Amino acid sequence: MSTKLIYFAWVRERIGKPEEDIELPAGIETVADLLRWLKSRGEEYENALQYPDVIRVAINQEHVGHREKIAGAREIALFPPMTGG
Amino acid sequence: MASAVVPAIRVQREDFDVAHEIAALTKGRADIGAVVTFSGLCRDEEGALAALELEHYPGMAEAEIGRIATEAAERWPLQGLTVIHRHGKITPGENIVLVVAASAHRQAAFEAANFLMDYLKSRAPFWKKEHRADGSEGGWVEAKEADDEAAGRWKTSGE
Repeated sequence: MSTKLIYFAWVRERIGKPEEDIELPAGIETVADLLRWLKSRGEEYENALQYPDVIRVAINQEHVGHREKIAGAREIALFPPMTGG
Repeated sequence: MASAVVPAIRVQREDFDVAHEIAALTKGRADIGAVVTFSGLCRDEEGALAALELEHYPGMAEAEIGRIATEAAERWPLQGLTVIHRHGKITPGENIVLVVAASAHRQAAFEAANFLMDYLKSRAPFWKKEHRADGSEGGWVEAKEADDEAAGRWKTSGE
C-alpha cells in the first residue's frame, strides 16, 4: 500500500516538492523509523531532516509523536513547529 | 448545564469584519452578557517587513482549530464561539486571526479566548514566511518556546 507524504514550509522547500506517494519498505514501523529512512533518500531529504527532533508530524491530519506507529496511515505530513495565530 | 456550543471555524484567504462577527454571534439573543474578541494583526517590524505569507495545511487547519475550539467549549460555559484564521499574503496592518468568545459572564469569555490563542499558536498548522521591505526574502518565522509554555499552562492534571 502506498502512503501519501505531505511537506510544509521549509521542509517542503528543502525536499523540493509539496507531496509524494511512497511505498514504505518493510521494517518502517514508527514515525521515527520513517524519518530515519527518508533522511537516507538523498541530499535534499538529508537537508530537510537533519535535526529530526524538531520535525512535527501529523498522521491522517492529527498531531502525533515520533514513537507513534504508522501502520494504516493514509496521509503523513512532516513540517516545522507551527507559527500561526 | 446546556450542551456545549458548536464553534464556527473558518480558514480563509479573505479578510473578516470584527463588528460583523460579533453581531452574528449576539443577534437576537438576550442570554449573552460578555463578548471577548481577540484580533491578531500583521506588524511591520518598524518598517522592515513588507508582508507575511501564511502557508497552511488545508483540511487539518480546520480540523485542529475545531478540536481546540471544542475543548474550549467543553471547559468554559460559552454561548458562542467563532474562530477565523487567514492564509496567503498578508500586509502590515491587516488582520490575521480572530477569536470571538461569548458567555453569560466575562471570566469564561476572557479565559476561553486566551486559551484558544495559546493553543492556535502552538498547534494549528500554519507557518509564516517573511517578505522584507528591502525586497529580500526574510525566511520562515521561528516558533517561540514562550508560545509552547503559554499553551502548557492550560494543561489540567492527568494530561
